[in-house]
Amino acid sequence: MTRTEFWQGNTACAEGALAAGCNFFGGYPITPSTEVAEHMAAKLPKRGGVFIQMEDEIAGIASIIGAAWTGARAMTATSGPGLSLMMENIGFAAMTETPCVVINVQRGGPSTGQPTMSAQGDMMQVRFGSQGDYAIIALCPATVQEMFELTVKAFNLADKYRVPVFLMADETIGHMREKVIVPDTVERVNRKPLVPGTLPFKADADLVPGFPQFGKGHHVHVTGLTHDERGYPAATNPKLHANLVQRLVDKIENARNDMADYDVINPGASRVFIAYGAPVRTVQQVMYDLNDTDIGFLRLRMVWPFPEKALAEFKNAKAFFIPEMNLGQMAREIERHIKLPVISIPKIGGELHTPADLISTLEAHP
Amino acid sequence: MSYEDWYRQDRLPHIFCAGCGNGTIINCTLAAIEQMDWKKEDTVFVSGIGCSSRAPGYILTDSLHTTHGRAIAFATGVKMANPDLHVVVFTGDGDMAAIGGNHFIHACRRNIDLTVICMNNQIYGMTGGQGSPTTPKGCLSSTTPFGCAETPFDLCELATAAGANYVSRWTSYHVKELEKAVKVGLETPGFSFIEALVQCPTAFGRRNKFRQVADHVEYLRSHSLLKAKRDRMLENGEHIPEDMYIVGEITRRKRPAMGVKP
Repeated sequence: MTRTEFWQGNTACAEGALAAGCNFFGGYPITPSTEVAEHMAAKLPKRGGVFIQMEDEIAGIASIIGAAWTGARAMTATSGPGLSLMMENIGFAAMTETPCVVINVQRGGPSTGQPTMSAQGDMMQVRFGSQGDYAIIALCPATVQEMFELTVKAFNLADKYRVPVFLMADETIGHMREKVIVPDTVERVNRKPLVPGTLPFKADADLVPGFPQFGKGHHVHVTGLTHDERGYPAATNPKLHANLVQRLVDKIENARNDMADYDVINPGASRVFIAYGAPVRTVQQVMYDLNDTDIGFLRLRMVWPFPEKALAEFKNAKAFFIPEMNLGQMAREIERHIKLPVISIPKIGGELHTPADLISTLEAHP
Repeated sequence: MSYEDWYRQDRLPHIFCAGCGNGTIINCTLAAIEQMDWKKEDTVFVSGIGCSSRAPGYILTDSLHTTHGRAIAFATGVKMANPDLHVVVFTGDGDMAAIGGNHFIHACRRNIDLTVICMNNQIYGMTGGQGSPTTPKGCLSSTTPFGCAETPFDLCELATAAGANYVSRWTSYHVKELEKAVKVGLETPGFSFIEALVQCPTAFGRRNKFRQVADHVEYLRSHSLLKAKRDRMLENGEHIPEDMYIVGEITRRKRPAMGVKP
């Protein structure tokens, strides 16, 4: 059974979290994500969950990591300046393999920038912002429906891979109101528990160790220092460090094809748009207006790990067109994976690309 | 059961320097926990970064060794998500009073049911002896080579002003008093803060004329002034020397608390 709602994107995100069984929210208010926290503040306590407004974003993510170790499905929500503050603890979550979900409703940066305007300027920061090598998962909703669905998915991926998962929304989708079809129940993938007698950080074949939840007698030591399979610090062992960090990256990067989430439209086309988040809407309008099967569209819902296999689905492609609300962040990643021309269509300032912006770029590259 | 059972024997030897006061504080804490009859599986130790923060790594419970200054914020998440767990934070003066100062005062204000034990060695020991927010005026460190010019924090006054339910200060000399104070802290619903002044022969003592460990411990003893005596001296209008550490129970009250086991 389903029901129909007319929701703002941020409300749909919070409802998706609740549907996924999120029972801990720790965060700090910031435009344009605040409605997520407000909705959780109103709903979580009534469901036996915990909402706590922390003193800053550093504490916000720290609290959800602490909560996650007690077995909670934990989430925070922020925007660029908050994401910057969270970076050290995001690395801690990656290093300690803590499942948690971070909602980032992007606004114009750098610095305080454009608090009420839309942007996609944090796409590289979310992938590489904390020190050292690590990997994360990032999802990009383009509809209010996807704010709901991808938030559910974020929790499942976080638990499956034991990694921080980011919903990289933007102000446009966060504040847009649309129809949402809400299912009565959603799929739930739980953390694999630690098998008693196994070392707490010894990974299985999927490179993910079982989760030793606090309070269950595992006596696990969790540290951001380089650690061995017992969880004990071993920060001066070069081989152990190399193996640990390689596994943290591989457990995500090796699964990129399994978890890839995208749509391929007109796979035989010669000119192909690639978009994620709000620019998807402009590309959809252009596809509708031009009604030309020689124009393709790769619509990404997951941007990290980047699903490069999707590029190969366009067998006749001669060029890729990448509209982004930044100065070409993902275009550079796409260039890395393909020999064909990659035409970046950057737009900053806080407004969406217009269909005319995209059509004029197509006309310039016949 | 002996509190020695609470140590991870497979992690020895530890990293603390010869003569370090931190082991004394860990022992006092575990002795107090033993009196509380807490179970290992219900107890979580949380810490940040620094010498003091290595303590949870030697204790055989679930333990979370986090980022610099953030231990109390992580502990807030653990305790609020599962109030059935006993959550104890080990921290130091640099970790808690400098980089983590904001989390400290807000946890006091919320009166979260945590016990925070600050091993105050008045210096950054792990990074080699830089000045901290509790380095006394005039003391030498690698970043105060001409003597510390700043006024140190009084951590107990800070905790009291911010709202903690229980606040106490002792030193590594006062092991029995410290053990009792930790026990009261563990028993108290709400935020409990115990400051333990410790000697640090490697980073502090050698720069500040405490060549022998015992000299520094003796200094802590002889410069401790019981709060009750201080209060009497104040009443009598007597002068209280600035270099005295006020020890004893500073605050005990019953403000509403968060995260208390139902």
